[in-house]
Amino acid sequence: MKSSKTHTLRTSILVVLLIILNSAGNFFFGLGMKRIGEVHAGSVAALKFAFVAVFSSGWIWLGIISMLLFLGALMIVLSWADFSYVLPATAAMYAVVPLLGHFVLGESVTALRWTGVALICAGVLFVAQTPPSTTEKS
Amino acid sequence: MRTAITLIILVFSGTGGDIAVAYAMKRIGEVHSFSPMVILRFLGRAFREGWMWLGIAQLTLAFCSLLALLSWEAVSFVVPAMALSYVTCALGGKYFLGEKLTPLRWAGIGLVSVGVALVCLG
Repeated sequence: MKSSKTHTLRTSILVVLLIILNSAGNFFFGLGMKRIGEVHAGSVAALKFAFVAVFSSGWIWLGIISMLLFLGALMIVLSWADFSYVLPATAAMYAVVPLLGHFVLGESVTALRWTGVALICAGVLFVAQTPPSTTEKS
Repeated sequence: MRTAITLIILVFSGTGGDIAVAYAMKRIGEVHSFSPMVILRFLGRAFREGWMWLGIAQLTLAFCSLLALLSWEAVSFVVPAMALSYVTCALGGKYFLGEKLTPLRWAGIGLVSVGVALVCLG
C-alpha cells in the first residue's frame, strides 16, 4: 500500500510533466503552422496541399509526439488520482506562459492577466492541499 | 444561438470524453511501476476498454466543435468560455466517478476557472 505522501509526490511529478508536454506540444504546433502559413480550404487540391505540408513538417511531428506523450502521462496519472484534482492542477500552464513571456521574453503583461495568473496559482495551491485520490481503490 | 449550441456541445462532449477516459483508467487499476513494459501493457489494456474509445469519440467531437466555433468566433471569446469546463469536469468527477469534492477543492476549481478566463481576456 502506497503512503499518501508517495501518492502526492508521484501525482505532482506527473502533473508537472503534463504541463511541460502540453505546453511543448502547443508550442511546436504553433511554430509548425506559422512556418506553413495560412491554410486555405477552398478546394480539394488546396486541402491536399495543406495536409501534405502539415504532415511533412518536423515541428508538427514533434508536437504530435509531445501530445501523445501527454495523453499517455494523463492516462497513467488518472489511474490513481482524481480527475477533479488533475485537471485544475494542469491549468497551471495558463499561468506559466504569461510568466515565461514576461520574465524570459520581456513581454508586457496586462494587469488583468496578472490577476488571472494570481488566481490560477491560488486555485492550484488550494487544490494541491486536498488529497489526490478520494475514491475507493478497486 | 449557433454559438451557444456549439459551445454547449464543446463543453459537454469535452467533459464527457475526459470523464469516460478517467473511468476507463479507474477500471484498469493503478499503475504501480514505471518500467516501459508495464506502461506499454497498461496502455494496451486501456485501448481495449470500450470507455476509452467512447472518450476518444467524444473528445474528437469536442475538437471538431472547437474548430467550428473558432471559424466564426474570436479566440479571446472561445478560450475563456471554455474555462467553464473546469466546473463541469468537477461536477462530472463528483457524480459519475464518485470523487469527494471538499469545499477547498471547489474553491480552487472556482479560482482556476476565473483565473483562466482573465488570462485569456487580458
